[in-house]
Formats: sequence, structure tokens, C-alpha cells
Amino acid sequence: MTAILFIEQVLNGLQFGVMLFLMAAGLTLVFGVMGLINLAHGSLYMVGAFAAAAVAGATGSFLLALVAALAAAAAAGAIVELVVIRRLYDRDHLDQVLATFALILIFSEGTRWVFGSFPLFLDIPDYLSGPVTLPGGIEYPLYRLTIICTGLVIAAGLFWLISRTRLGVRIRAGESDREMIAALGVDISKLYTVVFALGAALAGLAGAMVGAIQSVQVGMGEPVLILAFVVIVIGGIGSIKGALIGAILVGLTDTLGGLLLPELFKLFMEASAASTTGSALASMLIYILMACVLIWKPQGLFGGQA
Amino acid sequence: MSRESLINAALLLGLAAVPLYAWATDEPFTITLATRVAILALAGVGLNIALGLGGLVSLGHAAFFGIGGYAMGILASHAQSYTPLMEVPFLIEGTKSMPVIWITAVVASALAALLIGVLSLRTSGVYFIMITLAFGQMFYFFAISWPAYGGEDGLSIYIRNDFPGLNTLDPIQFFGICFALLVLALWLNARLARSPFGLALNAARQNAQRVETVGLSPFRLRLAAFVISGAITGLAGALFADLNRFVSPTMFSWQMSGEIMVFIILGGVGRLYGPVAGAALFITLEHFLGGLSEFWHIYLGALLLGVVLFARGGVIGLLAGRKVAHD
Amino acid sequence: MKMKTLLAAGCAAMMATAGLADDHKVKVGMITTLSGGGAGLGIDVRDGFLLAAKMAGNDNLEIVVEDDQRKPDIAVQLADKMIQSEKVDVLTGIIWSNLAMAVVPAATAQGKFYLSPNAGPSVLAGKGCHPNYFNVAWQNDNLHEAAGGYANSAGFKNSFILAPNYPAGQDALTGYKRIYEGELAGEVFTKLGQKDYASEIAQIRASDADSVYFFLPGGMGISFLKQYADSGLDLPVVGPAFSFDQGILQAVGDAAMGVKNTSQWNKDIDNEANKAFVEAFQAEYGRLPSLYASQGYDTANLLLSAMGKADVSDAEAFRAALKEADFDSTRGDFAFDSNNHPIQDIYVREVIKEGEVYTNKIIGTALEDHSNVYVEDCKM
Repeated sequence: MTAILFIEQVLNGLQFGVMLFLMAAGLTLVFGVMGLINLAHGSLYMVGAFAAAAVAGATGSFLLALVAALAAAAAAGAIVELVVIRRLYDRDHLDQVLATFALILIFSEGTRWVFGSFPLFLDIPDYLSGPVTLPGGIEYPLYRLTIICTGLVIAAGLFWLISRTRLGVRIRAGESDREMIAALGVDISKLYTVVFALGAALAGLAGAMVGAIQSVQVGMGEPVLILAFVVIVIGGIGSIKGALIGAILVGLTDTLGGLLLPELFKLFMEASAASTTGSALASMLIYILMACVLIWKPQGLFGGQA
Repeated sequence: MSRESLINAALLLGLAAVPLYAWATDEPFTITLATRVAILALAGVGLNIALGLGGLVSLGHAAFFGIGGYAMGILASHAQSYTPLMEVPFLIEGTKSMPVIWITAVVASALAALLIGVLSLRTSGVYFIMITLAFGQMFYFFAISWPAYGGEDGLSIYIRNDFPGLNTLDPIQFFGICFALLVLALWLNARLARSPFGLALNAARQNAQRVETVGLSPFRLRLAAFVISGAITGLAGALFADLNRFVSPTMFSWQMSGEIMVFIILGGVGRLYGPVAGAALFITLEHFLGGLSEFWHIYLGALLLGVVLFARGGVIGLLAGRKVAHD
Repeated sequence: MKMKTLLAAGCAAMMATAGLADDHKVKVGMITTLSGGGAGLGIDVRDGFLLAAKMAGNDNLEIVVEDDQRKPDIAVQLADKMIQSEKVDVLTGIIWSNLAMAVVPAATAQGKFYLSPNAGPSVLAGKGCHPNYFNVAWQNDNLHEAAGGYANSAGFKNSFILAPNYPAGQDALTGYKRIYEGELAGEVFTKLGQKDYASEIAQIRASDADSVYFFLPGGMGISFLKQYADSGLDLPVVGPAFSFDQGILQAVGDAAMGVKNTSQWNKDIDNEANKAFVEAFQAEYGRLPSLYASQGYDTANLLLSAMGKADVSDAEAFRAALKEADFDSTRGDFAFDSNNHPIQDIYVREVIKEGEVYTNKIIGTALEDHSNVYVEDCKM
């Protein structure tokens, strides 16, 4: 294995991690502020991807498609919050799990009803396609670099939003004492809708950006959702910083594990068997990582109270 | 309370009467459906011990369901091909005997529950939900990519396993076995709830600190509940595999965990017979709605949402009136 | 117990008289995937099958269709229902190998016929073969073997091959290697359901491969092709038809243009049956037919041909009638080998664009009159 291959894989892991962060950020915010566990977050990811595919198909513009993904996911998030989610804030987690599980069923089959059973087409625009040559002679797809940069910019934006703006102050206040900020005259229910829609928009954006290099199809959100759960468990629930670090950790572990484990097994096994065993173990690696983090820090790396 | 007992009795009688009627009128498929209800209800009863008594919202119970299923699949497939399961350090042969398979399933899933429980119960609340979910996924991926027992294709067992003195291939006799085990589990659950252990567990759910101050360890109480719960769900998994004569990694999928939980909610949280009512309703809906529309999951979702939002006691709650709400 | 016996006797008597009344009726139970992920394949098989039934206009054919949701346990339950309460004579429709493995052995053991319109796991072709099981599509290895054959004729010497880590994926790579004579630049098993192939593409780039063979059904293939096209790699890619078929091709788009894939059918195969099928399918459903639709259509026509020759209640004669495969296949020549799996030509297709629609055209034959290697294992 060459150094170039290794660096390329590190970049791949980073790109995967950054996308996971966009998903995990919404989940962790919603949990931190409202104390709500939302299984239907993956459906919002799917809504974003489908909206983008529909708009890109109609207009041919990728930027418009991204805007549509943001808008559609935010709108879907706001509607779901107003109609269903706000009835769940003072319920226990069990009710939240069940209600959002029901939402997954409705979203998935509803999307299939509207868009049909075949995957939709969404491609990266010409100006972002093809590889670029990085220093050191590494050829890397421009679009994936764009994803890494976009993700990092959004992460920076989120940190700024939370630490520097009025909305951020309210969000932080909401995390520490809900009754108190309501008593101080903040319209708490509006705040909740905004936070939920913000999380949804991030998920929708992730869905659209990933949809362009993967496939846009019903059920695309759930595998990512589960990975996002792993991320926020590792990072600590409610912590944006934890989500970022957890996401990159998971991204790197998954990508490098898939590469290194089969190589490792090849040292003492026959090639084909090594490949099978190595990839079987690699698919479990992030869960093993999660278990290790929990043994060490049950609240995650940056978690406060659960 | 007496009204609920009446409903419970009616439920059990109904579950027994439907297949008997179907047997008399020669409708074997109805018996298969009722068997499915009994087995899934058993899985629900298992989860209900963790969830209803212990307040542990586990979204990874499919792991135990699948382990039970694979215990049956692995043992029976070795018996089917006359190859030993293991030769070193000592010989283990496959078997087609249900009781042996059940014991294996219960022990294997209890061990898995112990392991997952020790790790997961260090956390609580939403962490616990996500961790159990992740552990379930871990088993799922392992089962898919482990080639020895069929991987994603699963394992087919051509003939149902044996139970001494019964012909298990006869649908009504197999139903009888499953029904008996369900009743046994319900009885155990009821005993458990009234035992000192159950009371302490309930107290730990409501206020862990107080339990600690009287010298009991909430962690150990919960772990015990989680292990018993996993073991019963594992037993249900073995029966489910026997019903289908087939096991595959879908038994480990997180949707399976979700469905087992749905039974409990549909029936009514914290109700002893909730899983029975829930599983019966779910299978009936699946059977009829599935015939009405390709998109029946939408209706199922809407119904579920309705129950969670507006009818928190589930089916039994609606019929029996409000009990003390769970916290 | 006595009442039960009496009732059963009564039922049997009634059935006997009913049987006399309509001698030639055949009831078909179709279990296929109509909802959730992968529903497109099941819908095409169903539509092809129903189209053939409609065109034949045979009143003796009764069809019940049910949705298995791609879940093995649901498929088993539906098979029980069809056998026990619908009392079907023939089962068909299953798309996925793992569902077929769950249903077929039990169904044939109960004396039912099973006609497979899509899945052909190796067990059912070899040790687990059964006289009542007929595969009208292909044995799972076939298209991969054909790809290996194509690689030889195209002069590939160093292939990089990849497939998901599950039985069908392992069979796919074994099938390719069985016929392919060159070296392997790499062999990678990916996670089932994986959508990001950056890591695999990097490995292909780092290897000195001269070609890539992949088997990644459904959304996995779409993702791989898009990412591969974007990576700047320009090694020739070969795959089985599944990733390049009519339903899925529009979602892959330009990334698939020019890719060679192997298939036993295409809409431009020149014979009367195929022309009639392609036209009728478009007229009926307003879309181009897929590989799966052609398989559903052929399955129904095979069944209809057997119904014309024998009565289903005479299992021996009906089995012989099926085995003759005396129907006009959309693929042209079609015959069953001794293990009831097809002997057929497998073609190489190339993805092209007709107007705004992506589709395939045949550019050659990869393997002629190809059967499968499991024939010898099948003792029946």
C-alpha cells in the first residue's frame, strides 16, 4: 500500500465524517434543546435528496437543487414539528421513539407513492465533476473536496451561531433551563420550531449532496441515521463539538478499517478468505469503537448530563 | 383492575379459540397467523420486562430475537447435514429436539444480553436507546457477512424440529406449543412484577437514588431484568425460526426491534397483556391492510401515531379505562 | 377429532367434484416485491407476467399476487397462505435469492410447482434441485460467467473485481473467475448496502488493473458508477445487466454511457416473440420493458405452454410439459438442462442513449448455449 493511497483514504474518511456531522448536528441540537430523540431524522435526509433530484430534473441547476433541498427539508421539519413533534416534548423517550418510528413509515411510503419505486437521478454539476491534482500528486475528485469544505464551513457557521448570536444564546439557555427562558419572555415554542427546522435543513442538505454521488431512493436515510446515532453517542449528546469530532472519528475508522483490516488478515490468511473476514470485521468496527468509548466515558467524549 | 383481568382472559381465550375454529373448518393458514401472533407476543412479553417493569427502552431486542433464531438454525442445520457443530475441544452435535434448542436459545441470548447490558446500562435515557440500537446493528452486519451460516441468504431448515410426543408439523399442535410457552411467560412476568425483585425494579425505575439508599443496586436490578428480558425474546426467536423453518439476518434488523416495540405500544405500555393485544392487532392489520393497498405502511404509521398521541393506554387502555399512567 | 375428520372428508369430496367441473384450471400464486426498496423489480416481473396472461386470454389461468416486502419471513408466510388457503398449483414471482431459499424448498416438498422468474441460487441448481422447480431466468452465476467470457475476448489481462460481502456477491466473483483467464489486480468484498465507494476506487487507482468487474445490485451500483465516472479513472468497466437495466439506468445517467454489460435478453433481440412483447409492454404500461419484465413474460408463457399440453393435476405429465419449454421465448432459443435451469445465449450489451432515454444495444454474444456448472451435482 502506498502513501498516496493512504492519504486518499484519509480524505475519504474525512469527507464521510463531514457528511455524518451534518446529520448528527441536527440530531444532537434537537436532543440538547428539546430533549427529543428523533428517529425520523433520516427521513428528512431523504426528503432533501428527493427535492434536489426533482428540482435538478426540472431546472437543470445544481445550486437551485441544493436550495430546494434545504427549503423542502426545513419545511418538512417545521410541519412535522408543529403537527406531531411538539406534542412529544413532555412525553417519555418511549413515546418519542414510537411516534418518530411511525413518521418513518409515513415518510418512506409517502415518498414512494409520489416518486415511484425506482431510484431518481441526481448528478454532480459539470463544474464540480472530475478529479483535481493535489500537492504530492494525489488525484482526488473535486466534488468530494467541495463536500469537505462545505461541511467544515457549516460546522464553523454552527459554532459561530451558537456562541455569538442571539439565537445561539437562546439555544444554549434552552439547553440548560427551559422553564427559565420561557419565564424570561422568550417564545419557546417558536424557538423549538426554528431549531427543529434548522436541524432538518442540515439533514436535507446532506441528503442532497450525498445523493449526487450515491443513489436517491426510498430508505436511503435509515442507515445514515444509525451511524449518526453512533456519532452522537461517541461525541456526547447535545454537544456540537462532540458531534464534529465523533463524526470524523467514525468516518476515519470506517474508511481506514475497510482498507487496513483485510490487508492485516492477508498477513496470515489466504487472500480471498482474508478479504471476506476482514470486511466482515470492518463492518462492525465502528460499533466496537463506540463500545470502547462508552467503557471509558459513559457520557461520550464531550457529554454533560444525559 | 377486574375489568382488565376480564379483557386479558378474553384475549387469551380468543387467541386460543381462533385457531381451534380454523382447525375445525380446515383453514390451516389462520392457524399459522395465530401462531405468529403467539410468538411475536412472546417476544413482546420479553421486551416488556425490560421496558414496562424496568423502564429500559431497548431498541436492540432484535439482537436476542435473532440469536434465538440462529440457535435453532445452526443446531438444526448441523443435524440436517449430519455434521458436528464442533469437534475440539469436545464434540457437539447438532440437534432437532425443540427443548434442547430452546435451552440453547435462552442461554445464548441471556449471555448476549448480559454482555450488551453490562455495557449499555452504564448509560441511561436516550443514550441507552441509541446504544442498544447500535449493538443490534452490529449483530445484523455480523450475520450478513459471516459466510459459515448462509450470510444474507439465511438458513433453510426443511423439516420443523421435534417435540417429544407431538407432531410439530401439524399446525395446531405447533400452535399449542407456542401458546403454552406464551402463557408460561405471561405467568412468569406476572410473578416477577409482584416479587420483591419486581417491586425493587419498579422503584428503581421511578427513583433510582432511593433504591440505592436502601442498599440495593439499581444497576444490578436492571441488568437482571435485561437478561431475563433478552432470554425470553431469544426463546421467541427460536420459535419464530421454527415457524418459518428459516432464519436470516432480517431477524436482527432494527425494524424488527421497532416492530416488537410497536406491539407493546399498540397493546398498551405497562400492561401485562399489552404485547398479546398489540401483536394480534398488528398481524390482523398487516393481513387486511396489506391486501387493500401497496402503501399500507402509511396507514399503519398513521394509526401508530394516533395511538401514541391520543390513546396512550393502547388497545387495552381503551377497553379497560385508564390505569395509573407510567411516568 | 371425529368432527374434524368428517369435515375434512366433506371438503375433499367437494374439492373432487369441483376438480371435475373445471379440469384445466391452474391457479398461480405470485409472491413478489411490490413495496419498499427493490419494488421496481417485482413490479416489472408482475407486469410482464400479467401481460402474457392477458395476451393469451386463457380463462383457465387464475393469478393471485401478493407483496413480500422483500422480507423472507413474510414470503414464507405468504407461501403458507397460498398453499394452505388459496390452494394454488404453481408458485412464482420471487426476486431475491434469499427469499427463494426460504420459500422454494418447502413449496416443492409439498408437491407444488415453482417457476423462478429471477432468482437462481446455486443450491437449487445443484444439490438442492427438485423436479418441480424450474428456473426461467438464469442460474445466479451465468451473467458473471458471461462477463468473464467477455473479458477474455476483449483481451483483459488484469481485472479488479468487487462485489458485496454476501452469498450472491461471493458467487458472482466465483462465476467471473471461473471463465476469466487473466490475472486479478485485486478482489474486494464491500459491505452490503454500502453507498460510498471512494475507498474502493482509490484502491483501483492504486492497482495496475486494466479493467474493472463489479456486481453491485440496486442503489449500490448507481452509487459506484457515478463515483467511478467522477474519479477520472478510465479503465473499462464491465458488470452484469442488473446495474444497467431499463428501470435503473435513468438514475445512473451519463455515468453508464458506453459501459458493457452481460444479459440474456435485450429489447433489440430480433425475433417475433420479442418484438410483440416490447410493443405490447409499451402500449400497456407506457414504459420500456426491463430484463425483469421479459423474465416475467417468459415465465407466464412457459406456464401457458404447459397448460396446453397437460393437466396440472397430473403432476408427472405437467412436469414433462414444462420441461419441454415449448414456448416462444423473447430470448429466442431456450431449453432446460437436466437440472431445470436454462440453456441460452448470453449477450454483451452496451449502454446507449436513444433520444432522451438511456437504454442498451447488443454488441455481441459472450457465451453461446450456456448452461451452468451445477448440473452434475443435481440428482433427481
